[in-house]
Amino acid sequence: MQCDICGKKKATVHLTEIVDEQMSEMHLCEDCAREKSVQMEQQFGLADLLAGLADFGKQVKDMEAVKIKCSHCGLTYEDFRKFGRLGCSECYGSFREQLSVLLKKIHGSNRHLGKSPVKMASPIKDKTDQLQELRNQLQEAIRTESFEKAAALRDKIHELEKRGKAKET
Amino acid sequence: MKLDDLIKQSGEWLKGTGPNANIVMSSRIRLARNLVKTPFPNKSVKKSLLDVLATVETATQQIDYFKNAMFLRIAELDGVDKQFLVERHLMSHEHSTNPEGKALIVSPEEILSIMVNEEDHLRIQVMQSGFNLTETWKIINMIDDRLSEKLEFAFLPDWGYLTACPTNTGTAMRGSVMLHLPALVMTKQINKVLAAIAKLSFASRGFYGEGTQATGNFFQISNQVSMGHSEEDIIQNINGLIRQIIDQEEQARQALLLQNRPMLEDKIWRSLGILRNAHIISSQETIELLSMVRLGIDVGIIKDVSRSSINELFMMIQPAHLQKIESKKLTTAERDAKRASVIREKLGG
Repeated sequence: MQCDICGKKKATVHLTEIVDEQMSEMHLCEDCAREKSVQMEQQFGLADLLAGLADFGKQVKDMEAVKIKCSHCGLTYEDFRKFGRLGCSECYGSFREQLSVLLKKIHGSNRHLGKSPVKMASPIKDKTDQLQELRNQLQEAIRTESFEKAAALRDKIHELEKRGKAKET
Repeated sequence: MKLDDLIKQSGEWLKGTGPNANIVMSSRIRLARNLVKTPFPNKSVKKSLLDVLATVETATQQIDYFKNAMFLRIAELDGVDKQFLVERHLMSHEHSTNPEGKALIVSPEEILSIMVNEEDHLRIQVMQSGFNLTETWKIINMIDDRLSEKLEFAFLPDWGYLTACPTNTGTAMRGSVMLHLPALVMTKQINKVLAAIAKLSFASRGFYGEGTQATGNFFQISNQVSMGHSEEDIIQNINGLIRQIIDQEEQARQALLLQNRPMLEDKIWRSLGILRNAHIISSQETIELLSMVRLGIDVGIIKDVSRSSINELFMMIQPAHLQKIESKKLTTAERDAKRASVIREKLGG
């Protein structure tokens, strides 16, 4: 396979780009790939990408957001937008509103459903929230025709609902 | 245990055993953890990094599992040693640059490694041979629990583990499986498979980690999303996807054997022939030939070479490994000759 850019050398790097769920593929030789990656770095560094996700459709509100500063480490929201990295665990509290939107955009959910540290008292998960999350996942599983997963989710929901009812009575 | 002891052994994950070892090289899980109210490494001054190192070292000394582990300060290592650890998949390339205040913890069988002060305070990694994420999770979950009894991790009940980059927040877990897919590549179906993987929000990378192209027909598949699902669910999702890819590779291998057996046998035996006889060989050529020999072993065409010896060669033929074996710096030309001799010795050429 020849390189898509120079058309001369053998394509050894295969790049898949996904923009708005549209996938495109490029096959590049090593030299052109290197050049392309420098370009991409300049155009869409991870920081910009994250910032872009966070900013989408709320430019005005964002003008104020950039001024917010983490009370613990002093990182400003603008710094975070520039570098794409937070400064300390307390940044999550300082930029809570902005990060809540961003996390949802990245992960499709802004709710942790995994383990907790042993040292922490086991967190009391809000059951209604947990149920809602599972229902969302069920819808998604049905939409993508992952029926095995859907069945497992359905059973989990029934289980939670049953436990809820048992407690009420 | 010392760093130089590593060259005499091969990591647990290269054993070539475990479920579906004919297609799956290894399973790996990494967890990112940070200490509460301590600046993340990117925002830290040297003193703060050294404080984190000391805190983590003290904590691990109190945990049984770490009794025989190595604690390596990256700043004390030379260039070849750093490259050697990167080649062994024990740490990232990023961890070897700006070494000040960074450390690496490695367990004796190389099942566990922890990068201290990479992008997060702790990057815990566990690797196993074969398709074995469930077992891998059991091990890393236990280690994480022990660590969290000694260290206070940054965690919020609704957002999970807090990481320097929000793409890791939540479980802060990445599970990955390294697959050897020569038949899907030869039958030109691999791009279709990779496209499907991308659509399902999984990432694929090459043998040599992030930012590298696939070489030797190795593909590393991992989850992208770390929040909104439990660790077990994420693992189940990866497992489901991997099972499908394994099936496809099996089918492609059967099709090749059925329709093109003479061509396939020729390619495989020639590859072994070159490896057994070459006196100068580049790493790129070696990797391509090793991939063919591995396929030959996995489909039962080659019977007198073990899978583990091929896996070990994938590791040993890298530049820093060759220099550790020879105990001195080698030029590219010297490495190409040394590589050929290491291979001949291993394969009985």
